[in-house]
Amino acid sequence: MSVRVQTEDFDVGLLLNQLRLAHPNAGALVSFVGQVRDINDGDTVNTLTLEHYPGMTESALAAIEADAHKRWNLIDSLIIHRVGTLKPLEQIVLVIVLSAHRGEAFNACEFMMDYLKTQAPFWKKEITPDGGRWLDARVTDDFALNKWDNIN
Amino acid sequence: MKIKVLYFARIKEIVNYSTEELDLPDDVLTVAALKNWLATRGEVWANLFHGKQIIRAAINHQLVDDLAPIQANDEVAFFPPVTGG
Repeated sequence: MSVRVQTEDFDVGLLLNQLRLAHPNAGALVSFVGQVRDINDGDTVNTLTLEHYPGMTESALAAIEADAHKRWNLIDSLIIHRVGTLKPLEQIVLVIVLSAHRGEAFNACEFMMDYLKTQAPFWKKEITPDGGRWLDARVTDDFALNKWDNIN
Repeated sequence: MKIKVLYFARIKEIVNYSTEELDLPDDVLTVAALKNWLATRGEVWANLFHGKQIIRAAINHQLVDDLAPIQANDEVAFFPPVTGG
């Protein structure tokens, strides 16, 4: 179980293999990768800058991960979130979950992303040809949390 | 009492700095009271803390609501709804 907040890119294949080979008891690995899109709300995105709250970010991600491990029987997990200025096609976030069978890993991966989106202190600012703009939170992200209320 | 206040993202740009040390009056004991007190600093602050936009708060790295109590030496942060992932 670990979380990393970093400016550097990450190698998904390498990380998946490291975790897979470290856990012979895991029958399932599920991963999610988020990347920077080249267009948002109809405008070209030149760069995306991620600001965060050092200290709180790490503890918020660790709390989300710990919560997932309480709800499901998981073998291991990893959350990596990048900060700083990124370009379209660059990776932003990675969540990997390992469990004995696929159901728990699928659920836990989605749960961690849903909570990360609404609880972890990151803020995105896009630079478009018209200048910079902070992104607004999406109401749909808050609704996404509701589905976990009655599960486990 | 003395506290540290941090601002992030859009709010940091509006107030034009990211951190300050404050010595609060004795009757400012909650997040809501602190927001009201900050709103008295001028138009920019009033628009921010009495306006329509949602401002989230954290005390010592924990998300809190407006009723949360503030204690001496706390680190209080104000920021917009988060947009990571």
